[in-house]
Amino acid sequence: MSSEFAVELRDVVKKFITPEGNELSAVDHVTMQIKNGEFFSMLGSSGCGKTTSLRMIAGFEWPTEGEVFIEGQPMGHIPPFQRKVNTVFQSYALFQHMTVAQNIGFGLEMEGVEKSEIKKRVGRALEMVQLTGMERRQPKQLSGGQQQRVAVARALVKTPSVLLLDEPLGALDLKLRKEMQLELKALQQQLGITFIYVTHDQEEALTMSDRIAVMSKGKVQQLATPVEIYERPTNKFVADFIGESNFLEGVIKEISKDEATVYVPVLNAELKGMPMSPDFVNGEEVAVSMRPEKIRIVEREADGDTLFKAKVLNSVYIGSDTHVYVDMQGARLKVMEQNRISRLDPSSFYSKEQMITLLFMPENTLILKKG
Amino acid sequence: MNPHRRSPWVVAASILVYFFLYAPIVILILYSFNASKTNIKFEGFITEYSDRVQMQGSAVVASPCGPFHWYCDLTKNSNVMGATKNTLTIAVVATIVATIIGTMAALALQRYDFKIKPFSQLALYIPIVIPEIVMGIGILSLFSQAFGWINDAFHLTGNARLALGIGTVTVSHIAFMIPFVTLVVQARLQGFDKSFEEAAMDLGANEWITFWRVTFPTILPGILSGALLAFTLSLDDFVITFFTNGPGSTTLPIYVYGLLRRIISPQVNALSTVWILIVFTAVMILQWIQSRESKTVKA
Repeated sequence: MSSEFAVELRDVVKKFITPEGNELSAVDHVTMQIKNGEFFSMLGSSGCGKTTSLRMIAGFEWPTEGEVFIEGQPMGHIPPFQRKVNTVFQSYALFQHMTVAQNIGFGLEMEGVEKSEIKKRVGRALEMVQLTGMERRQPKQLSGGQQQRVAVARALVKTPSVLLLDEPLGALDLKLRKEMQLELKALQQQLGITFIYVTHDQEEALTMSDRIAVMSKGKVQQLATPVEIYERPTNKFVADFIGESNFLEGVIKEISKDEATVYVPVLNAELKGMPMSPDFVNGEEVAVSMRPEKIRIVEREADGDTLFKAKVLNSVYIGSDTHVYVDMQGARLKVMEQNRISRLDPSSFYSKEQMITLLFMPENTLILKKG
Repeated sequence: MNPHRRSPWVVAASILVYFFLYAPIVILILYSFNASKTNIKFEGFITEYSDRVQMQGSAVVASPCGPFHWYCDLTKNSNVMGATKNTLTIAVVATIVATIIGTMAALALQRYDFKIKPFSQLALYIPIVIPEIVMGIGILSLFSQAFGWINDAFHLTGNARLALGIGTVTVSHIAFMIPFVTLVVQARLQGFDKSFEEAAMDLGANEWITFWRVTFPTILPGILSGALLAFTLSLDDFVITFFTNGPGSTTLPIYVYGLLRRIISPQVNALSTVWILIVFTAVMILQWIQSRESKTVKA
């Protein structure tokens, strides 16, 4: 069976025994299908199961239950050295007693490729990661960014069908990390190889990925494109984890097609015309989610319909934006305003205790399951 | 006041420590050039000596080796040469075997979890802290008991009978060296990132190739340190060797002890000096390996 999926995890469970003797499901019934040529990210905080999932694809761990498929083939207990995937490690794991060329050539040597051919392909791989001429260097003579490139070249020189990357940019400083993000993405598009990328950095995942699996506690919380993940999170966890969100409690009053009217007790108001997925029922208690940058501060009178009065608690200037923390009839919200106009006059910024008016646009709010 | 100023007390204490450490060695080396045969006090550097063969005429001849007379004398002494050969044979064989077993033990303790692991770890430390004399007596009892049974069971007679000798000394040395090797290699493995091995396997190397191409070269400095430590311990072991040696397996420490019981000839000093040089060289190599190591770690 030739597969449209490069990698597939089918109901995979991985259990570990903790040092205290308890059983822990690091990966808890995870199913995902990663398409050929896709840049796929697994995103979550540490302990969410993303690295364990990646290690099961690489073959360093075997699933307790379920099955990992690579190009449609069940992997079972096939060892890492017989899988057509290669890994870029978080620590790079460059062999310290070998030169750059020996490191990159190691995988080809294992395949029994001829010496002259190895030399040629190592040269091409170095060119690909812009390290031509570094063949004879020792890994420890390279900068962090260069070591990272060697690690990528070492994995890619084997022309794997899938490249696994375990937080490969974690050790680099911010500026270099951003450069490498774009470079890796360009490399992936140029080669057309499937990349499976593990990261805890949401911005990184949003920047690079075609699709993202947001993971928590061993489960996939949402698997979708970056835009969908950010704009239409399917639960409170994702809305909170990706970007920032304000949550208000509410009760569904009325449902029509894919829109709802929600009564929010703390505002003592009904918010109308909010987009909603079909699995909600009338009268259900829900969480209303609003992104800080999608709430606008306007110079109008509050009307209690879409415009609400709020008191400024604190205002923090962070350069590109100003973060305004407000109290809206007992509910605390965060509002973000872009500093589009350059100004120095302190009186033009919001001051504590100042009363302002907030505009909620129903299309910018989301209804999510409570809890 | 300069906070970095060294207290004179610290300086004095340091000098005293080094004095007590090295003064005996300096004296020992000095006396190896002693003109006095009885070696009770230093009577100047030896330049001439009375040849025993020509004792009647009490002829005094110039030493052909200059002040190194006692060293030359050593090389003519077949007992010394035999003991040296035994010592080195035992040390080399025991070091090789103990290094292999000790390294394997360290690797097993590093990567596998098993029920009796804490016990195994502790059981490795015990021989290091147990008084050597207890170990010596224990090993001797074991050998005599086991050899007695085997000799009786197979009706071995004459030369075929198992007895104490170079073999038993070697086995005993291997036994007490293993914990030292294991501890040194374990320390090295502590900093060993498992992802090196995973990377090798990921690139297509099986477990065997991974070990020889990646793991072994990485922990080799640790293995060498452990081996050198074991080697020097074997070279100057007295107590365990004393209990387990037999006819024809006299080692240098045992031989020197024998000499001391008669007269303290400058020969003993000469022998000890050579010996110190060997051990000193071994320690220097060890230091060099370790300093090279720490440099690569820092870089």
